[in-house]
Amino acid sequence: MADVLLITFLITLFYMAIANRLMTYVKVLALQGVLLFFVAFIQLSEINLLNLVLILLETIIFKSVAVPAFLAYLLRRNQITREAEPFLPNFVSLLIVTAIVVVTFLLSNYISDTILDKLFFVVALSTLFTGLYLIATRRKIITHVMGYMVVENGVFVLSLAVGNEMPMLVNLGIMLDIFASVLILGIFLNKIGDVFRDVDVDQLSNLKDY
Amino acid sequence: MTIGYLILAFLLSAGLFLNRNRKAAYFLTGLFLLLQLVFTVYAGMHLRSTDSLYFTFDALGFLLLATLGVVAVPAAFHSALYIERHEETPASRGIYLGSLVLLITAIGAGYLANHIAVVWIFTEITTLSASALIYHHRNKLALEGTWKYVFICALSISFVFIGILFLSLSLRHAGSTELSWANLLAGSSQLNPFWLKLAWLFIFTGFTVKLGLVPMFTAGIDAKDTAPGPAGALLASVLMNLGFVGVFRLYTVVAHTSIHGWVNVVTGSAAFLSVFVAAAYMIRVRNVKRMFAYSGVEHMGLVMLGVVAGGVGYYAAILHIILHAFVKSSLFFQYNQLYRVFQSKSLSYMGGYFRLHPTGAMVLLLGFLSAAAMPPSGLFVSELMIFRSLLEARLLLPLVAVALLLTMILWAFGRNVFRILFLPPAGFEAPPAKPAPAWESYSQFFLLALAVALGFFPPEGFVELIRESVALLPVTPPEVLIPLPASGALMP
Repeated sequence: MADVLLITFLITLFYMAIANRLMTYVKVLALQGVLLFFVAFIQLSEINLLNLVLILLETIIFKSVAVPAFLAYLLRRNQITREAEPFLPNFVSLLIVTAIVVVTFLLSNYISDTILDKLFFVVALSTLFTGLYLIATRRKIITHVMGYMVVENGVFVLSLAVGNEMPMLVNLGIMLDIFASVLILGIFLNKIGDVFRDVDVDQLSNLKDY
Repeated sequence: MTIGYLILAFLLSAGLFLNRNRKAAYFLTGLFLLLQLVFTVYAGMHLRSTDSLYFTFDALGFLLLATLGVVAVPAAFHSALYIERHEETPASRGIYLGSLVLLITAIGAGYLANHIAVVWIFTEITTLSASALIYHHRNKLALEGTWKYVFICALSISFVFIGILFLSLSLRHAGSTELSWANLLAGSSQLNPFWLKLAWLFIFTGFTVKLGLVPMFTAGIDAKDTAPGPAGALLASVLMNLGFVGVFRLYTVVAHTSIHGWVNVVTGSAAFLSVFVAAAYMIRVRNVKRMFAYSGVEHMGLVMLGVVAGGVGYYAAILHIILHAFVKSSLFFQYNQLYRVFQSKSLSYMGGYFRLHPTGAMVLLLGFLSAAAMPPSGLFVSELMIFRSLLEARLLLPLVAVALLLTMILWAFGRNVFRILFLPPAGFEAPPAKPAPAWESYSQFFLLALAVALGFFPPEGFVELIRESVALLPVTPPEVLIPLPASGALMP
């Protein structure tokens, strides 16, 4: 069952690569949060109440409700255009994301390890690199934030893979996610949207060497 | 004791955030410096003991904690001067001083942490407090710098976390789940090499944002440029040392495994590229603060080259980061006085500083000589040792290339500094001479003199502590980039 969910998660990455509207990204992020909750619920065998509450808080409340709602609010408030405006055509993006997944699959063949479920490894690394790819090829700052959320989801998947032996690491990962997201979104809410009207990375080039 | 220290320091920081009274703000800051002093002395008296479960007063941690203490006092002093001159509102003063205290506390705790996850947590706290300092001016440039710093730090911190996860997988093969440095070292022979390689890639990349190496160094440059001078001094010296601690302690572990040679290739390449990038930027940089920051990238590249070369390079690396912290922070402390004279960051609007403000010009001149590792400087000693270690590791090609790059950096750095000092103002009106009082430069003279003294006449205990910091590393280097002919002991 966890495998099905993880593969669904991979498919959402492909969908993200070709998505055109920013609201689509927000919806996919919300869906990923729900998927992650069920993966965590199935994967973590000895789950105590405290951990369950924490994971529920992280995945459903934070990843699927709070962050998407907040991103949607930012999109409306700052009147950001609806298009994602990638530097590359969507077809190329799809090819690159496919390449990322294939390469991580090939890399996972080198693992002669019974400890780790290979699928977790593949999904986590693919998600991580897809997130980095989204950050690198999208023009708007808000898509950078979304790319960062994708990276965080990849980190969460990886932490679940080791979560049975070291539950402390899962909690640390959740802490990281909430801390960093609040810091990033906080700056976004407070300032960037106000100061830089049409929020575009091209505007963030005033710090120069000369 | 450490827990007590942390609670007190966090309380002081919170108090500074909330406080609106001017005298109380400086009183609380002074109280924190006193606390820092007491804690450092306590750490020195309980050397090699573990405290509050997650902190160990080992030689490296104590040396860097003492360095932090020495830099923190002038940092607080210059911060106070800065705040008084800029007519800050009580709120922005509170945020600035509170963040400063939080930053210093987190850096110190990160040095001493004996568990990789604890180092990671305190690194996160430094990101938070540093971003508040960078955003101090609340204008467009500060926002841009803060945004870039926060975003890249957040990514890097995720990278370190991924690395920790891989490290835990690797450690599971040694039949353990305890990620403390001592336990990692004890199980180093059974660590799984595949996971360990991935762990090193991610953790090293993640810490480069603090350490200031390729690939993540850019955020640090923007941060040091936009933060106020005294805060920039901390970011450019002791915070870089925190990145070094994270990398170095893990390096101590991997140096005992089969991937040591591979790690050396990866780290050495990043270090060499850093020196290269620093040279490329130094030549065209026109912004004084960024010039100082790029010089830091060069120095950290040299430090990591020393670590990679091994042998005497280990000793040199520790000595170098300590002396570099004193020299670089003094340059940043001096920067604000420079700015007050010329009202610009750009080299194009500076000139004739020696005539306008002789004391400050002396600091700049001596600071330049120190940062460029010219003979009276302490860094000369450590840099010479790094070169010797490269020679002894038979890394001739990198040695020659680095020497060439350093010459270029020296030329560019020297050209810019001498232009500020001696060239008459060209193309702009000479500013009226309204120099800062000479006593504002005393702390810089002290730091520079300290760097010279520790470089040339190191006290017995200091040498012992550095030796102890690197004692856990293997004596003979692995087969590095170029296969070694069977040679005898490589230690002096």
